[in-house]
Amino acid sequence: MTSILPGPVTTRARQAARRPRAVTRRTRDLLLTTVTWLAVLAFFFPVLWMVLTAFKPENQAATLPPTFWPDVTLDRFAAVFERGMTPYLINSASASIGSTLLVLALAIPAAYALSIRPVRNVRDPLFFLISTKFMPVAASIIPVYLLLQSVGGLDNVTWLTILYVGVNLPIAVWMMRSFLAEVPREIIEAAQMDGAGLRTEIFRVVLPIVLPGVAAAGLICFIFAWNEFFLANLLTSQIARTTPPVLGSFVDGRGQFLSILSAASTVAIIPVVIAGWVAQKQLVRGLAMGAIK
Amino acid sequence: MTARAAAAVPGTATRGTTPRAPAAAARATTRPASSRRRQDLLVSRALLWPALVVAVVLTQVPMLATVYYSFQEWNLLRPGQRGFAGFGNYAKVLSDGSFLSSLGSTVLVTGSAVVGATLLGLLFAVLLDRKFAGRSVARTLMITPFLVMPAAAALIWKWSILDVTYGMANWFLSLVGIGPVAWNTELPALTVIAVLIWQYTPFAMLILLAGLQSQSREVLEAAGVDGAGPWRTFTAITLPHLRQYVEITVLLATILLLQVFDPVAIMTKGTGGSKTLSYLLYERAFVGLEVGEAAAYGVMTVIVTILVATVALRTLFKVFSAEGLMNR
Repeated sequence: MTSILPGPVTTRARQAARRPRAVTRRTRDLLLTTVTWLAVLAFFFPVLWMVLTAFKPENQAATLPPTFWPDVTLDRFAAVFERGMTPYLINSASASIGSTLLVLALAIPAAYALSIRPVRNVRDPLFFLISTKFMPVAASIIPVYLLLQSVGGLDNVTWLTILYVGVNLPIAVWMMRSFLAEVPREIIEAAQMDGAGLRTEIFRVVLPIVLPGVAAAGLICFIFAWNEFFLANLLTSQIARTTPPVLGSFVDGRGQFLSILSAASTVAIIPVVIAGWVAQKQLVRGLAMGAIK
Repeated sequence: MTARAAAAVPGTATRGTTPRAPAAAARATTRPASSRRRQDLLVSRALLWPALVVAVVLTQVPMLATVYYSFQEWNLLRPGQRGFAGFGNYAKVLSDGSFLSSLGSTVLVTGSAVVGATLLGLLFAVLLDRKFAGRSVARTLMITPFLVMPAAAALIWKWSILDVTYGMANWFLSLVGIGPVAWNTELPALTVIAVLIWQYTPFAMLILLAGLQSQSREVLEAAGVDGAGPWRTFTAITLPHLRQYVEITVLLATILLLQVFDPVAIMTKGTGGSKTLSYLLYERAFVGLEVGEAAAYGVMTVIVTILVATVALRTLFKVFSAEGLMNR
């Protein structure tokens, strides 16, 4: 690395002293970047492999050595839908979207009261709400199951939606509260001075400011509901079955199933993964805010 | 990004919340009638109550019912023989070894997953905080495991990655001359922990990355000027700054993972030391149909969780008072 450049001795000496440092620094940077990318790709590999396997014909999915350049086919995706995946996806969508809308409708006013309105005791309701998240869902499932059984509410999307509201409401209130706490008080007071009613204050003044926060809270509720397995597995069987508990049925004890399982899983994760990628900023914000404040 | 990062720091957030107290005081003095204030409070309650009522009905009422059931002698196969059991169910739970062994499994699975995810999350947060080519793509790829449906993740890991014959893990190991490992049958608890670490590392990374970004550039630069190397800067400045964020990460991950069910149900069915409390009580209730006994398991699980959560809450409380909300 000692390239000799024409010039006075002093300059050359200085360059010789400086260059190796610059070079090692750049090498180190490059090395670190390479290591970072390798680590990230290793971490992402299971997802990548799942998507690749989904496009393989079944006889190239489970091979030794693994097939890296398969004959790409959409056949397994078609097979997933032939096995009747569509109704499950629709159930998942209605339970997730329905519960998210209900959660937001309840959480925004509550968070508004807790962060902007003068409530005497802010802490108790907040801690009560978060404490419900400490309780394992499994612990309170028995009475819920027996109740639903007695009123004929098993295998029913509406009931599942209502239960998801209970699961996600605390998170949404906490997140919305931290977003609302950031709204400049002067704006609200100015609106109140101008004689704005509560409705104008909320819908016209505050909501537009915290819209990204609403999106973040909504997204996180949607993700949790779409991915929920425990309640869905237990409380639904056929009519109201959602996607997560269905995936296991693609595991076939007799034949090869890796491609179709991967295709079904890919279909199942697409809505949330795409939504999460697109709304990454909101997601990061929501998690960081909800977590930190 | 910097404004957002600054907003995420508890310390700076205080600035956003403190002006409320004087403003509220001013409002109270300028408004002549205290009736207006009372009306304000009523409106606030009206806004708050629907959410609280829904939360109570959906979470507390079933819990109370569980407590009631736990004192009942009740098997769904013999509905006629229902009766008061006193502490019989609890005696059964405590004398049966499965509660304690399940408690051990829960601590093992949750503990390893939380520690693993936090450490890996810290590593990735540091790596992805640097500026480098394709950073935003790398971040996008990194958050993906957190978005993947846990049921799908469990199935793909079990059959596609950890399968003894065709799994990619064993294929990679075979490249370096390590013989096939029967992950699913020999090391079930480890497979569950691996999937959990994989799914929760991005979660830890996101929070810790927010922590890294909230560091003051000036302090870091000053450290550099004073001749501190990257490692010294990291241990002396960054790590202490991150402490709070690490605490929050550990706390939230613990709460989420204490209830873990999906990978256990899908990958191992509770074999080989992977039977967590959630899975145990599911098994008792819905396989054994022992309502009373399962309810007692449920109550015991909640008690254990509350013990952990108290510690967690206390930390949250500290963070909360640092935010300045307590002073109101």
